[in-house]
Amino acid sequence: MIEGAAWRKWVFYNIPLILFVFVLLFPFYWMIITTFRPDGELYRPWNAANYQPFWTNNPTLDHILYLFEETSFGRWMLNTMFIAAVSTVISLFCGVLAGYALARLNFPFAGGLGTVIFVTYLVPQTLLFIPLAEIIRNFQLGDTPWSLILTYPTFLIPFCTWLMMGYFKAIPKELEECARIDGASRWKAMVYIILPVAVPGILSAGIFAFTLSWNEFIYALVFLSSPDQKTVPVGVTSELIRGDVFFWGPLMAGALLGSIPVAIVYSFFVEHYVSGLTGSVKG
Amino acid sequence: MAVTAVSGSVARPIPRLRRMEDERWLAFALLVPTAVLLGLFIAYPFVEGVLLSLNSTRVGIKGEFVGLKNFDKVWNDSIFRTSVWNTFWYTGVTTVFKLALGLWLAILLNRHFRGKALVRAFILLPFIIPTVLSTFAWKWMFDPTFSVINWTLFQLGFITQRINWLGDPDLAMTSIIIVNVWRGVPFFAISLLAGLQTISPELQEAAAIDGARPWQRFWHVTWPLLLPVTMVVVLFSVIQTFADFQLVYVMTGGGPANATHLFATYAYQLGIGTGLLSEGAAVSLAMFPFLFLIVVVQLLYIRRVETR
Repeated sequence: MIEGAAWRKWVFYNIPLILFVFVLLFPFYWMIITTFRPDGELYRPWNAANYQPFWTNNPTLDHILYLFEETSFGRWMLNTMFIAAVSTVISLFCGVLAGYALARLNFPFAGGLGTVIFVTYLVPQTLLFIPLAEIIRNFQLGDTPWSLILTYPTFLIPFCTWLMMGYFKAIPKELEECARIDGASRWKAMVYIILPVAVPGILSAGIFAFTLSWNEFIYALVFLSSPDQKTVPVGVTSELIRGDVFFWGPLMAGALLGSIPVAIVYSFFVEHYVSGLTGSVKG
Repeated sequence: MAVTAVSGSVARPIPRLRRMEDERWLAFALLVPTAVLLGLFIAYPFVEGVLLSLNSTRVGIKGEFVGLKNFDKVWNDSIFRTSVWNTFWYTGVTTVFKLALGLWLAILLNRHFRGKALVRAFILLPFIIPTVLSTFAWKWMFDPTFSVINWTLFQLGFITQRINWLGDPDLAMTSIIIVNVWRGVPFFAISLLAGLQTISPELQEAAAIDGARPWQRFWHVTWPLLLPVTMVVVLFSVIQTFADFQLVYVMTGGGPANATHLFATYAYQLGIGTGLLSEGAAVSLAMFPFLFLIVVVQLLYIRRVETR
């Protein structure tokens, strides 16, 4: 593809790519540097003479300590982790079963149901949050983790189902038929033969669902009210801003620490995540 | 035949399991959990939402049926009209930029170089890090007094006084658009890269041998083959952006002076902030016709591609 001199390669490929990477990653660098910068340096006007924005010589852990001592940040992390994990498991369970049924079984309305699930996949949370808040209140689930554990599957299941359908369709039918000839029931053939083969797909769907629930904001904002019940995104938003005052140090520390679990999960399963992402749009 | 012979020699299956052998029963059983959850938390709230938008409920006050009065009131509300305009502007502008920059980045990544896997993993970070958290980093970078962007522009000699990024209505919208593009480009790039990788390099070579210039090769070979993936990615992104909430909520909260509201943030302000549940539900539901249209277009397009 690349023809001609080395400078062309630099001008057309390397320099633009470096710029892209720089812009895409700079906010995270800024998050990190703010986390460890003392307040005295933080609140120095941008046009001050000795302003040195990109580095600090006096790193401090004050902001992180503030998070754990003055707010329920630890609780928020545990809440988010618990909610994300349980709703992911529920969604995987439902999505795998439904995906199998839609990909493999012949029954009336199979095509129509597939379309319905695809359409719910596209329903944004912001369309239904007000009536849903009422329903959550009527079910006595308000301000409990279950309000989120039960509602997150509404956007996770359609995604998992969609992704799993693709995976199941790619597994040859003969594999299952062999097991059936050897006397396995339909259910057994599914659980012992097809599911193990579909593990990479299940992993992709799971990783993706986990990051989606970690990211969710509006339901958590509306359904949860007491500080101890909050998830990281909501807690950071509501407890580290008092009126017009932003506690930027702890805010950035919270953003940094709150991102780490997702980043770790992501770094271990990049390939699965990417295949989940691209599988989700392939349809 | 073989199946019946074998299962006859084994112990007789209990009736429940036998019923599972019927595909229709098995399918029913497998779909029940999904149907229950989606019915309870999507279909039911949708019906509730429509009912809510047709009466006059406030927090703590059970309303009565008022017909389309909420929609009428909202339609004559200048803030609502601004939000409608904002939502379309925001969706349109960000989609164009995300597609252009995402495609560019995908092309840059679609070749062999050292550290490719690492670069690809890192550029997805804006997409996987929780939006609210990364948006706070941007808000801090756009801070009126301590903005690092202002500092850089000042040091480079582009500006002499501060730019009030989030304080001016037009600039605030632009800032929000910048953050949305920043967050969306990786998704476009990685999805389009996956599309590019399915296109055989032989097609490019054949076109090159026939004397096609790089631009012609892109426009006549790559782009048509990439179009199906592009369409799906664009429509997904359009729906997400159209219904966006978090970014605006964190960056401006709809301000300054209600100038940057989208459908969702205005619905939140009315429904949850002010407690006018019915009006909030009406604003939310006003998104529905547009979303519906987008979904129909997408379904028709997918069907057309499949039958081709």
